[in-house]
Amino acid sequence: MIADVITPEEIIKTGTIVFKKTENINEGALSYCPGCGHGVVHRLIMEVVEEMGITADTIGVAPVGCSVLAYEFMNVDMQQAAHGRAPAVATGIKRVFPNKFVFTYQGDGDLAAIGTAETIHACNRGENIVIIFINNGIYGMTGGQMAPTTLEGMKSSTSPYGRDVHNAGYPLKITEMVAMLPGVCYATRQAVHKPTLVNKTKRAIQKAFENQRDNKGTSIVEVLSNCNSGWKMTPEQSNIWLEENMMVYFPLGDIKK
Amino acid sequence: MTEEIIIAGFGGQGVLSMGKILAYSGIMQGQEVSWMPSYGPEMRGGTANVAVILSDDRINSPILHEFDTAIILNQQSMDKFESTVKPGGLLLYDPNGIIHPPTRKDINIAIIEGAKEASEMNNRKVFNMIVMGAYLKLHPIVKMENIHKGLEKSLPSRHHSMIPENEEAIQVGMNKVQWQLNLN
Amino acid sequence: MEELKLMKGNEALAEAAIRAGADAYFGYPITPQSEVIEYLMVQRPEKRTGMVVLQAESEVAAINMVYGAAGAGKKVMTSSSSPGISLKLEGISYIAGAELPCLIVNVMRGGPGLGTIQPSQADYFQAVKGGGHGDYRLIVLAPSTVQEMADFVDRGFELAFKYRTPVMILADGAIGQMMEKVYLPDPKPRLTDEEVIEKHGSWATTGRSGRKQNIITSLNLKSEVQEHHNQDLQAKYKEIEAHETDHEEIQCEDAEYLMVAFGTSARICQKVIQLGREKGLKLGLIRPITLWPYPTKAIEKYAGKVKGFMSVEMNAGQMVEDVRLAVNGKSPVVHFGRMGGMIATPGEVLNAVENHLKTL
Repeated sequence: MIADVITPEEIIKTGTIVFKKTENINEGALSYCPGCGHGVVHRLIMEVVEEMGITADTIGVAPVGCSVLAYEFMNVDMQQAAHGRAPAVATGIKRVFPNKFVFTYQGDGDLAAIGTAETIHACNRGENIVIIFINNGIYGMTGGQMAPTTLEGMKSSTSPYGRDVHNAGYPLKITEMVAMLPGVCYATRQAVHKPTLVNKTKRAIQKAFENQRDNKGTSIVEVLSNCNSGWKMTPEQSNIWLEENMMVYFPLGDIKK
Repeated sequence: MTEEIIIAGFGGQGVLSMGKILAYSGIMQGQEVSWMPSYGPEMRGGTANVAVILSDDRINSPILHEFDTAIILNQQSMDKFESTVKPGGLLLYDPNGIIHPPTRKDINIAIIEGAKEASEMNNRKVFNMIVMGAYLKLHPIVKMENIHKGLEKSLPSRHHSMIPENEEAIQVGMNKVQWQLNLN
Repeated sequence: MEELKLMKGNEALAEAAIRAGADAYFGYPITPQSEVIEYLMVQRPEKRTGMVVLQAESEVAAINMVYGAAGAGKKVMTSSSSPGISLKLEGISYIAGAELPCLIVNVMRGGPGLGTIQPSQADYFQAVKGGGHGDYRLIVLAPSTVQEMADFVDRGFELAFKYRTPVMILADGAIGQMMEKVYLPDPKPRLTDEEVIEKHGSWATTGRSGRKQNIITSLNLKSEVQEHHNQDLQAKYKEIEAHETDHEEIQCEDAEYLMVAFGTSARICQKVIQLGREKGLKLGLIRPITLWPYPTKAIEKYAGKVKGFMSVEMNAGQMVEDVRLAVNGKSPVVHFGRMGGMIATPGEVLNAVENHLKTL
């Protein structure tokens, strides 16, 4: 039984590589909390970019939020945008360099609150870009305040008794909203808290970049992530909570393809 | 030579385009020119005016408080601009719709019945050219050949077929302009 | 060959942008400068030169499109009028922080708030003292003729790329809307993508090919690093002050009294000089062409030597503060201005000058 297990030493000795970090992810530790989905999604984007052979032609746009420093982790040319403005910044880049691959990487506050206008209008113009949207239902970086995607009754530092929809409105399904726009060619919602879902998310990201290559219009890939710090849970608890709550209101799957 | 002109009337009377044709004609004559319009929603059916300067020298201010010539095409403009004509200057107006004719004694006042002539020509669009012709008769600051070039420059080429009727209207204005009789 | 035309200031600026080889214009309509984007759309610059013209969903989006395209090393601009510029200030601060070259045009109208659509110079403070947050400066060019509206486009782009800094053309509704003779500059070709990569690939996000990753950001989480960045910016601004300050002196040699004015006000003051001199008043004018860096030394030269100074502005008195700093108490300095879209006539200004002279 024990003989079936390959030790790390044996892997190195035999040269059997089962996993290798893409060179498109910089050395050094990510600044994300253990258990958070950001790091996984970073890796998936960078793997897709590497596998498609478009590293030299890819320009990313980082938001304001937990992933404000995304450019320190993703080893491609990147611009850091003002809060919510990433789709406009990406529009500017793509319009003057139509042959480059341009993607934004945005959280729920950035994309679905302060940047709603930029999101909707970039999608409505069918900007030939990829929008990666990390939805964790909370403002992680600023310390767990309510997001546009915070669920009804969910507690945050600015909804300490749970989100009251009569006061704060309803959690916003912005991916469903933009999916109805003719400029959007692909809208999907994925998650990364399980290996099978990680693989699906990667395929979705790849499809989005292929759409850009084929000039099909805007692709938006929403990825549900836990925010165990903000949700005040262990990573494991947060994954269960995500399945039992987030995935009920925000069901996984393609919304438009 | 410097000629400072205010042209004022209703939006739609061709005030701004008359100014533009004068300015372009001045350029064709090698002059310095400026064209400073009133702008904004007031232009839509309200009053419109444009200050046009033609000069042999560099033009300093496009914004003026007194003018060598005022071309007045409605009562509101008369009320506003009669007092801005320099002593000895010219006030040319169309009496159509004017309830209170100008009364100054220290300026030269002339009348062109532009609206009436235009309707007699069955061509209301050339109203502003009739008025411009009247003005050029009294102050021949630009040669007719340069007016022709000015028309060519200001009108889009698809409208160049209309140049002869515009020139005809200018001629009508030149023939019909009259000095206002002293009312005293 | 240079081409002679009769054009509105806004149109001349737009045409000059195409001829300057601009890669992109992003804007949102607002009176009194909508002719800029209207003219560009009519011209089909995408066919003439390949220039991109896009009507954004807001001024906020437009300035951020400028950020993105400028960060990619391209020659890019936007234009607006006062309320729209207020919206753009967030982006302008980021552009200054990230040290991106671009051209921003403000055709000023009266404020505050929605104000009026008529000409004004009430955004002087906003343009030269910051406007957006943080320690930054804009190079601010103040055209006073339609010709300068055209000429300052290329000049602005050149300065923007020379110093990798945003440049503003600060005009007003009168210069935007008036028509004058303008000699249009000869067209410059747009840079190809390869030329952009060669010239700006060292810093711009042109794609990580054969070099390290380029990052465009204004963020430094460590204060020490941010302070170092601030010091670099300030050093750049000193350099700009030393080399790019520009002004015009009109009949100052024998003047006993000086007006200081920019833009449309400077045009009016030239008429005031003429009218004053006809009456025996030896008036002169210092016209700042760069509002930042400010021509302090040019004004200082006359401080204590003339009877007085008047800062003539279409606002409640903004540039007068910089005139006072330059004069430094050596001569009396007053402000004269109209507000809210009203423009002082030459007669009014002359009257104010005469009244000031009586007190001296």
